[in-house]
Amino acid sequence: MTTIAPIQTSGPAAEGRPRPAYRVTGRRVLRAEWAKLWSLRSTWITLGLALLFVVAFGLIASAQYKSRITSGGRMDHDFAAASAVRLSLFGTNFGQLALGVLGVLVTAGEYSTGMIRSTLAAVPKRLPVLWSKAVVYGLVALTVGTAGAFTAFLIGSRIVTGTPAALTISDPGVVRSLLGAGLYLGLVGVIGTALGALLRSVAGGISVLVASLMLIPGLVSLLPTAWQDHIGRYLPSNAGESMFTLHHVANTLTPGTGLLVFLGWTALALAGAAWRLGRTDA
Amino acid sequence: MIEAHQLTKRYGEKTAVDRLDFTVKPGSVTGFLGPNGAGKSTTMRMIVGLDAPTDGSVSVNGRRYAQHSAPLQEVGALLEAKSIHPGRTAFNHLMAQAHTHGIPRRRVDEVIELTGLQSVARKRAGAFSLGMGQRLGIAAALLGDPATIMLDEPVNGLDPEGVRWIRNLLVGLAAEGRTVFVSSHLMSEMALVADHLIVVGRGRLLADTTVEELVRQSGGDTVKVASSDPGRLRELLAAPGVGITGRSGSEELLVTGVTAREIGLKAAEHGIALFELSSRQVSLEEAFMELTRDAVEYHGTTGPGLTGTTDPLAGADPATTSGPLTTTGPDTPGRAA
Repeated sequence: MTTIAPIQTSGPAAEGRPRPAYRVTGRRVLRAEWAKLWSLRSTWITLGLALLFVVAFGLIASAQYKSRITSGGRMDHDFAAASAVRLSLFGTNFGQLALGVLGVLVTAGEYSTGMIRSTLAAVPKRLPVLWSKAVVYGLVALTVGTAGAFTAFLIGSRIVTGTPAALTISDPGVVRSLLGAGLYLGLVGVIGTALGALLRSVAGGISVLVASLMLIPGLVSLLPTAWQDHIGRYLPSNAGESMFTLHHVANTLTPGTGLLVFLGWTALALAGAAWRLGRTDA
Repeated sequence: MIEAHQLTKRYGEKTAVDRLDFTVKPGSVTGFLGPNGAGKSTTMRMIVGLDAPTDGSVSVNGRRYAQHSAPLQEVGALLEAKSIHPGRTAFNHLMAQAHTHGIPRRRVDEVIELTGLQSVARKRAGAFSLGMGQRLGIAAALLGDPATIMLDEPVNGLDPEGVRWIRNLLVGLAAEGRTVFVSSHLMSEMALVADHLIVVGRGRLLADTTVEELVRQSGGDTVKVASSDPGRLRELLAAPGVGITGRSGSEELLVTGVTAREIGLKAAEHGIALFELSSRQVSLEEAFMELTRDAVEYHGTTGPGLTGTTDPLAGADPATTSGPLTTTGPDTPGRAA
């Protein structure tokens, strides 16, 4: 450390050796983003929380239902009409927050720490970074969400056996609903990633995410009923929810349409993020 | 090789970088000098594509930085602001950067060793001291084994040990034939390592020159002589290219263009008693401040012809201001080698 001699910077055989042919490729950027995701403690904590939320709240809802049914306690209409799928997926409301917030952190966290400068210096074409982050994190959130949904159902459906809500995994639509919930949570992760890249601020990204998933549906309910029916079902949260409801209800979208609409919202957020990433200085 | 052509960056009304033209030639240490806010960092950010120029262009080895298939192999950059996630370990940070280019793990271990980070490589970078953070930044810059290294204010805030480490590093990099482009607002620091200087002020090019040339332009080295007969000595020394200043009634003269030895010989020849005879080196710091003081009034010039002033010390009276000069012993060799 205190040496005066010039520091050798290229290790042994500095002279005359062929320069290695490095090259940035899409797969390598994916690999880098994968490594970056898992090398932060916050990833493990938040994913753990997300899984816990999805499973724990699903089980709590199932247990509540079971205890009220058996004790003959009062239940509101909505709760009484619930199915095992609906009860088990109660936790998606909370899981989506954790997964969405982590998505925001994946991108906006780079801006708040300054990491983005290293990232873009290595990949100056920029857009591959956004696509890689969205793909890597989207797949991780999808995996965690799907695992959570299936776990919650497999345990929750046992809790509610013998009640009107009882369902098994082989009942029609159950697997589709559970996969839909996993896909929804994966896409929420992608939207979080896109919002983080669009707003470049952790606080801003989380605010917009929470607003669009949780607050706006509440605000729309203040609109005249005719408008509500028109607008309401196309909102991200409602369209997303349609993806994992077991039985199609009037005034909501079918699971397929819900998926398409929610994909549309995701694409919109990603397009905004790509536009900002490509155009503005980092 | 970094080439800037009419490089301009405007933020609304403010022009941070104003039509810069310069070339950083391979195999040399080029100092990028300017006061704080002169546009150095912005220029460097434009070189690696973090900021888009409002006008003009800058290329690295003939192409825009972003057009290279392995950018980290072209330019390794240490930017002034921290560019790491504090929650990631040094090793993981470097490894993630390496993944993008397919740089093997071996090279990551190599740069960790080169920068002396072995003992902290598995610690989270957020806990690093400033000096360690700087080493990590340099390790990242060296990762692709690039021919050009660009460092923005690398010694800022470092302790003397860290400063010396950076200095040795720069010398070592240049000795390996790499192009080193290093910015600083400290002329004294640059003078120790840089061959070539690009001086900017308020976004404009003030000088594209060498250290020697800048010294010469600033009036060169001065000899202070105190004698029994300053008036006569003045007459004896007077010649083209020789500048002599002194207050009337004072024994002291400040002479440029003649060596102390010549003055001593001349005085002895004519029997003038000398009380003091000392060489004073122009402080590059002062030369630099002179150059950048009224940055906004000067227009960029390329080549050695700085601002066209022929008056040594640019109007400052050396007899009354000791500022532009620093005293060194009579036979002190030039700037630290």
